Amino acid sequence: MSNILEVKDINKYFYDPVKVQILNGVNFTMKRGEFVSIQGKSGCGKSTLLYLLSTMDTNYEGEIWLNGELLTGKSANQLAKVRNEHIGFVFQFHYLLPEFSVLENVMMPALKLGIKSRSEIEHLAYEKLKMLDISEQAKKRATQISGGQKQRVAIARALINDPDIIMGDEPTGNLDSKNADLVFNIFKDLTSSLGMSMLIVTHDDDFARRTDRVITMADGKVISEGPI
Amino acid sequence: MNNSVLVKIARTHLVERKKQSIIAALGVTFGIGTYIILMSFMTGLNGLLDGLILNRTPHIRIYNEVEASKVQPIEMSEAYKDSSFVHVVESVKPRKSQASIRNNQGIKLALQKDDRVKGVTPLVSARVFYQSGSVLLNGNLMGIDAIEQEKLFNFNQYVVGGKPEDLNNNKNGIIIGAGVAKKLRLKVGDYVPLITPNGESMRLKIVAFFQSGLAEVDNIQSYANIKTAQMAANEGPSYATDLYIKLKDIENAIPMTAEISESFGVHAVDINTANAQFETGTSIRNLISYAVSITLLIVAGFGIYNILNMLIYEKMSDIAILKAMGFSGGDVKRIFIYQALIIGIVGGAIGMLMGYGVSVLISKAPFETEALPTVKTFPVNFELAFYIGGSLFALFTTFFAGYLPARKASKIDPVEIIRGQ
Repeated sequence: MSNILEVKDINKYFYDPVKVQILNGVNFTMKRGEFVSIQGKSGCGKSTLLYLLSTMDTNYEGEIWLNGELLTGKSANQLAKVRNEHIGFVFQFHYLLPEFSVLENVMMPALKLGIKSRSEIEHLAYEKLKMLDISEQAKKRATQISGGQKQRVAIARALINDPDIIMGDEPTGNLDSKNADLVFNIFKDLTSSLGMSMLIVTHDDDFARRTDRVITMADGKVISEGPI
Repeated sequence: MNNSVLVKIARTHLVERKKQSIIAALGVTFGIGTYIILMSFMTGLNGLLDGLILNRTPHIRIYNEVEASKVQPIEMSEAYKDSSFVHVVESVKPRKSQASIRNNQGIKLALQKDDRVKGVTPLVSARVFYQSGSVLLNGNLMGIDAIEQEKLFNFNQYVVGGKPEDLNNNKNGIIIGAGVAKKLRLKVGDYVPLITPNGESMRLKIVAFFQSGLAEVDNIQSYANIKTAQMAANEGPSYATDLYIKLKDIENAIPMTAEISESFGVHAVDINTANAQFETGTSIRNLISYAVSITLLIVAGFGIYNILNMLIYEKMSDIAILKAMGFSGGDVKRIFIYQALIIGIVGGAIGMLMGYGVSVLISKAPFETEALPTVKTFPVNFELAFYIGGSLFALFTTFFAGYLPARKASKIDPVEIIRGQ
C-alpha cells in the first residue's frame, strides 16, 4: 500500500525568547487507511508536529510529503488549496462558525473548493450529517447544539471534500467519556469502512491504545512507533 | 465561483451585528447625504449669484468717458519739447466731447460679425427729473431695446408687474424704478411726468416696475424705449451712450476688451475688471462645501475602520478556522473588504436618496428676496455629477477604511489562534 504521509528529518525551533529546539529529526511514514495516534507528554512537540503536517505552519527544516506530493516550499496560497482539498481537521474545541447553521458549516469547505454545485454540496453535507447521526440538527444554529454534537458536525465538515487524511488535535480532549467513545468509534468506522487515513494527536491513553499504531514522542523526538 | 461564499460570509457577519452595521452605514449615509445636499444647494446658490452678475452684466461695456486730453498742447510745442523743460500747466480742464459713442452703429455691425460675440445692444442714458407736483426727484432714464436686453441679460428678472417687451411697441411707456414708484406712490398704468435738463416735459405711462434690490439704483433708474430716451436727451436717432456686449465664452472678455479699445478707439471695460470680487466668493463657497463634505466622509470612513477592526478581534478564531479549512489570506482579506463595501454601498445608496429628498424639500421651500423679484423658492442644482461623485467617493473611502483591517485579518496566523485556546 502507498504512503499517504511521509515525514523526513523535521527540525523545528522556537525563537522567542531564545532559540529552543522543539522537534529534533522527526521521521515517520503513514500508510493509506491507517489510523495513527501521536502521544506524548505536554510540551513534547506533538501538537507542533501536527501543525507542521497541517501545512499551516511552514517554518521548519526537513520535508513533508502528502500523497506523493512534496508540501515543503509551496506558497501560502498553494498550501491553502492543499488543506481545502486534501486535509480534514478536527480540533479540541469545535471551531464551528457561530453565525451559520450546522448544514452551512459543513458545506463551507466545499463551497470554497467550488467544484460541485450548491445543491449537490447541500445534498452531500446532509449525507455526511446523516452518517454521523445528527441530520436532524442540520437547520439549527451551530451555537444551539451540545458539545458532542458540535464535534460530530466538525467531523462531518472535515469529511465534506473527501480528503486524503483527517488530522485531529485532541479531538476528544473536551468531551465526556461517552461522547469521546462515540467520536472514537466514528473515526474507527471511517478507517474501516471508507479507508480514510487518520492522524490524531491525543494524550488519552485509552484512545491511543485502540488505534492501529501509536507514535510516542518525547523531547521533540519519536521514541517508539507501534502498538502500545 | 468561490466569491459567492465570501460574499455570503461577509453578509452574514453584517446581518448578525445589525446595530454596528447600521451605525457604520449611517455614517456613510450622512456623509453622502450631506455632500449631496451641500453641493446641490451651494452650487444652486452660486449659480443664482453668478447669474446675478454674469448674466445681467455685459461681458464688455463700451462707453465714453470724460477725461483730460492725454496729450496737452504744451507737450506738442516744438519750442519746449526738450527734456530739460518741465511742463507745469495749472488747472487743466477735460475737453468737452460728445457723450455719444462715435460711429456706434458701425461698431455694433462690426462686432455682430465677430463669431465670439453673442449679441450687442446699444443703450441711451439720459438725465431726467421725476415730477410730482412741485417736487422734482433726480433720475436717470435708460433707453433700451427691451427684447435684446431680455435675451442677452435676463432683463425680465428685474421687472415686476408687467412685461419688458411692452416698451418696444410703446414710445410713451416707462419701466419705473421701484424706489421712485414708492416715493411718488405710483401704480402700473399711472402716468409719470418727466422733466428733461433742457426744460422739456414728457408724460410716460408706467408699464412695469424695475426692482434690482439695490436702493440707490431703484431710487433713480428707469427704463424706456431707445427713441424716448434719445428724445429726453434731446439727441438724434444715432445717439447711444453705451454698447453692451455679451460673449459666447466669458474667457474672451479680457483679450477682446483690449482689441476693441484699440481698433475702435473707444473706452471698453470687461466684466472681470468690473466685478473682480465676485469670482473669489464663488470659489471660496465651493471650497467650503467640498471641505465639509469630504470631512464628513472621512469621519464615516474612520467609523467603518473602527467597527471592522473590532469585528476582526472578535472573529479571530473564525478567521483561524476558515484558514484551516483552506481559505487563503486573500480570501479572508476579501471577506472584510466586501463587508466595508456592502456598508458603503447600502449607506451610500440611502445617503443619495436622503440627499435627493432633502434637496427636493429645499427647492420647494419659499425664498423671497428684494434682489430677485422673480425667484420664489431656494435654488437647488440637481446635477447628476454630484450623485456619481458622491457614490464614487463613498466606495473609495469605505474601500480604504476596510482595506487596512482586512489586511490585518489576512495576516492572522491560524496556528497561534488555535493553539492559544
